[in-house]
Amino acid sequence: MTQPAANCPNCGARILFRWSSSVQTVCEYCKSILVRTDVDLKKVGQVADLPPNSSPIQIGAEGVYNHHPFVAVGRIIYEYDQGTWNEWHLVMNNGSAWLSDAQDNYVVTFAAPGRKLPASAKVGEQYVWDNESYAVSTVTKAHYRGVEGELPFQYWDKEDVVFIDLMSEHGKFATLDYSDEAPVLYLGESVEFEDLKLKNLRTFEGW
Amino acid sequence: MSTGGPNPPSTPHVKAMNCPSCGAALSLRSFTQAVSVVCDSCHSILDAQDPQLKILQQFKKATGEDPPLIPLGTRGRIRGTPYEAVGFQRRTIHVEGIPYSWHEYILFNPYKGFRYLTEYNGHWNDTSTLRALPTLNSHTGDVTVSYLGETYQHFQTAQASTTYVLGEFPWQVRVGEANEVTDYICPPRVLSSERSGNEVTWSMGEYIAGRDIWKAFSLPDGPPEPIGVYENQPSPFSTDTKTIWTIFGAFAIFLLLMMLGFASFARDEQAFQGAYIFDTNARSEASFVTDPFELKGRTSTLELSTTTNVDNNWIYLNYALINQDSGQAYDFGREVSYYHGYDQDGSWTEGSRNDSVAIPSVPPGTYFLRVEPESDSGHGTIHYEITAKRDVPQFSFFGIALLALLVPAALITWRSMNFEHLRWAESDHAPMESSSDGDDD
Repeated sequence: MTQPAANCPNCGARILFRWSSSVQTVCEYCKSILVRTDVDLKKVGQVADLPPNSSPIQIGAEGVYNHHPFVAVGRIIYEYDQGTWNEWHLVMNNGSAWLSDAQDNYVVTFAAPGRKLPASAKVGEQYVWDNESYAVSTVTKAHYRGVEGELPFQYWDKEDVVFIDLMSEHGKFATLDYSDEAPVLYLGESVEFEDLKLKNLRTFEGW
Repeated sequence: MSTGGPNPPSTPHVKAMNCPSCGAALSLRSFTQAVSVVCDSCHSILDAQDPQLKILQQFKKATGEDPPLIPLGTRGRIRGTPYEAVGFQRRTIHVEGIPYSWHEYILFNPYKGFRYLTEYNGHWNDTSTLRALPTLNSHTGDVTVSYLGETYQHFQTAQASTTYVLGEFPWQVRVGEANEVTDYICPPRVLSSERSGNEVTWSMGEYIAGRDIWKAFSLPDGPPEPIGVYENQPSPFSTDTKTIWTIFGAFAIFLLLMMLGFASFARDEQAFQGAYIFDTNARSEASFVTDPFELKGRTSTLELSTTTNVDNNWIYLNYALINQDSGQAYDFGREVSYYHGYDQDGSWTEGSRNDSVAIPSVPPGTYFLRVEPESDSGHGTIHYEITAKRDVPQFSFFGIALLALLVPAALITWRSMNFEHLRWAESDHAPMESSSDGDDD
């Protein structure tokens, strides 16, 4: 992994990239949201204070999924009626994967472009992608709360977003992300915490 | 971990706060994962996600009303992972107007999240939410559910309402809120679906002995004694039943083969036969001895048959089988009686004209019989014939052995059926029966 260096156009702090293909990052010092252009970094926004969160995962956490090592380089934080949850941006095989962590329930997904997607869906409805049948389990109205670290796309300045989660009978998991005009499908599966063999985790006082 | 940043992520610690309702200090054991928290002092349900701890519901009930058996804040190991008891709720269903309540303990580990222990009448389940969707099979009359290759039988559907809360919850809890809960069982497991709005959450419970929980959480004294049979309690007889019938089958085949072997090896040869007349009117001494006869071959059974012509009469024969060389005697007596007649129910008979007895393990040698007949005097003459057969196969032993095996097998099967009966008596599928059955109490 290369780590091209640059400076924050806002505060001048040094910006290190953990992943050469990152499109967006957040300055660790002034919390400016920075987007890469051909020549330099451009400030597009500012992250407000992030809500308190007790996910054991943090940027720089490393683990293994399906024998492939990964590192968490960024995250998107959402708020919903059960608190907040994180979509951790993992870099794996030099590509992007997502580790969602809601109340310590872990799901690893990959963007699955090119599938036919519904404009909306209701709980109980069935969809088939890649020969796997999924049923809609939850429709979540979420609120974008912030970003941290490096992301493979520009993602900031969102408001309310809808996520539709689907489960299969074989433990497969799908998410329909309606945060942009065109829905995006992510396919993956639920994972057990210990199976991810995570390192560089946060520690918890008393645990 | 990135060390370059100015704001390294803080180590989450148990946050101390104050109840907005009564001002009492309270802490969040599950960090930011709690969605609701109940004030220990005034029992208000508070929004744990709100920095101001907005009051969600004022709950008017004494906090000590239903003390949890696992005190909140206690840690224990479940399947190798440490968990802390952070929340407790009582849920109640009504069946035919009668309330039934169980308790749910919310356990938390900061890396692995939430897990649950449920307790009903001393029966415990270790429960976690499902990561895959069970398949509903409703093509047959009874609804079953398949999950990971196992079939679960529908047990009960009921409206479960929350009737008591303590501590922290990973959802917005409200006292009085009811959800439809459906249980499907495949002991020792139970699949539960919980419907809230149009969303369904599935969880799986596995039956766990109270003493294992007491050990895991180092609780004082002992767990409450379980009452009755619980829906997914594993039957202590189910494996025994299978095993004992397998053993029974194996022994039955073994005995059958032994019988066939004995039957084919038995010589079954006649050693002696004699016909006699007993005059009941004679006053003289009736006893006599037969001619000697030879018993050949190995030590084996001797079957002695007595055939008579008694008719509404009886004869008692005192027998002695005596070895001519050693003088060893086998003494035995046989009564032969046969009666018949008519009464208002028609004809009847009692007894038999013939009798047969087996003398086991008679060594070879020269023997004779001493016979002493007895009967009521003045009944004319009785004709009888004595036949001795050597090495006759005996099958009664096999019958007794088979019966001896059948008794425990039948007993265990009966107890197993009784256990299942008690289990299903509590379900939506209880067999209809008279109300005098007091099993449910």
